[in-house]
Amino acid sequence: MDLPVISNTAPAASGGGCSSAGCGTAPDALAHLPDHIRAKVQDHPCYSEEAHHYFARMHVAVAPACNIQCNYCNRKYDCANESRPGVVSELLTPDQAIKKVLAVAATIPQMTVLGIAGPGDPLANPERTFETFRQLSEKAPDIKLCVSTNGLNLPRYVDEIARHNIDHVTITINCLDPKIGARIYPWIYWENRRIRGEEAAAILIEQQQKGLEMLTARGILVKVNSVMIPGVNDEHLKEVSKVVKAKGAFLHNVMPLIAEAEHGTYYGLMGQRSPSAEELQALQDECAGDMAMMRHCRQCRADAVGLLGEDRGAEFALDKLDAMEIDYDSAMARRKEVHDAIIGQLEAKRARSAAPVKADDLPTPIPHGTRPVLMAVASAGQGLVNQHFGHAREFLVYEASPAGVRFVGHRKTELYCVGGDSCGDAGEDGVSADSILDRTLAALAGCEVVLCAKIGFEPWGRLEAAGIQPNGEHAMEPIEAAVLAVYREMHAAGQLATPASGQKRA
Amino acid sequence: MALSITEACVNCWACVDVCPNTAIYASDPVFAIDSDKCTECLAEFPEPQCAAICPIECAIVDELGTPLNPLGSLTGIPVEKLQEILEAAAQGQPA
Repeated sequence: MDLPVISNTAPAASGGGCSSAGCGTAPDALAHLPDHIRAKVQDHPCYSEEAHHYFARMHVAVAPACNIQCNYCNRKYDCANESRPGVVSELLTPDQAIKKVLAVAATIPQMTVLGIAGPGDPLANPERTFETFRQLSEKAPDIKLCVSTNGLNLPRYVDEIARHNIDHVTITINCLDPKIGARIYPWIYWENRRIRGEEAAAILIEQQQKGLEMLTARGILVKVNSVMIPGVNDEHLKEVSKVVKAKGAFLHNVMPLIAEAEHGTYYGLMGQRSPSAEELQALQDECAGDMAMMRHCRQCRADAVGLLGEDRGAEFALDKLDAMEIDYDSAMARRKEVHDAIIGQLEAKRARSAAPVKADDLPTPIPHGTRPVLMAVASAGQGLVNQHFGHAREFLVYEASPAGVRFVGHRKTELYCVGGDSCGDAGEDGVSADSILDRTLAALAGCEVVLCAKIGFEPWGRLEAAGIQPNGEHAMEPIEAAVLAVYREMHAAGQLATPASGQKRA
Repeated sequence: MALSITEACVNCWACVDVCPNTAIYASDPVFAIDSDKCTECLAEFPEPQCAAICPIECAIVDELGTPLNPLGSLTGIPVEKLQEILEAAAQGQPA
């Protein structure tokens, strides 16, 4: 079945964009890229909603030191149940990190990428970071390397980054205005001094921008991450998006602030709120006019292992590595086979679905101007509606409109660590099913339909009461086809003639 | 004259890398400063480097036990709030 699947970047974009039946975002979001860049990112799970179902990545926590303080970070925090940036359970030396990477790459042949992302700033730990990269490019040259940084030390290490064949760098850029920066960064360590306030922010911003320019001048791919902090930098990020694109960043990833009081961060304790899923999506849409946006970032831990959204780190704890017997050469050969097979699959899928769809081919086109509808999908991967509602830890959100279907983001239901309950301390009871369902309903605000493989009787009633229509009739179908089919049904039933009514904010 | 590290330390290595005298070493449960090597950076820098980069309040103290980065000086979180949290933690309750 051919479907019009529109670009993630802007409704006007057409041609070239691939209408994959996978997640529909990756090829589209990356469609503006030159071929050689697209080739570089097609098997990178973090850059492509499609690739992340197939390829795995890992982070190694070799970089504990940091040279700045961010108001969304608490350097004391470590919790095995947490999944968010900066959090890590076991710090590794470069030698231990290599051992772990090789073990993971042998056990999970889908692994394509090793990243160093913390728990501090990798470039504030240059020896540990670059020693890890050096050893790995020697022992597993097929693994791609990437590094994330706050940018303060970036200009100093651009040449070193280029030498290590690191083709992806992520810079977290939250602002261009030191006045805003002073509300995000209380201090930096710079030229042997602790510097505070706007002076600190101005230095950081200058180094970030310089680093970005130097990297793109050398042909190194740069992704920019921004943390959306309502009331602080939310409006400003539109400007950030324009500027970083002009300087050659190939992706802008706007992520929601995570600020729970129990994390002990400045923002968490001071009551700074996080953006709602709708606010995040609105900002991403505004920024998308300027450049490709990432919609599927899962805000991984600094020691995450496995496919995006899963973490198999515990299987590869240091004490378990010694017991593993690994044939490194055959592991690398096996990886090549697996990677080639996946790339082949993806390309075949792309070729199949890239055939142009003529509007005439479609039965009863939906009139222009008909209102769009957001639908949440429970999917365990492969681009299918194939997960039980109750098993979904996150939902993929799609927008259906007369122009087609586009992926707009994902929403987590189990929001990060929920504190004492799931950490198992303080002797509290587990989270009740009711409160999980409440959280799920809140996470689905703005969606009118939930597509899933199956759903229980009780959640069905609760969803309906909240104005969200559960739908299990498209189980095992490709997501875009299912979303479009439901959109058509809604149109045929006259439900699109009226505004989304009955939608209660959970 | 030497600084020392308290148990507030989170072992992040930042100070180890910036100490001009290689006076800081990994120890149990937290990093430690070799008092024979520490010069408090008097000759080298305008401020002791470990204290200039340390992200944790009250982790680096002078010979009198006075923190170089007192409570509330690094995160901007009001002292009263921090004390509440510390007290709650001492009583074994989640903050």
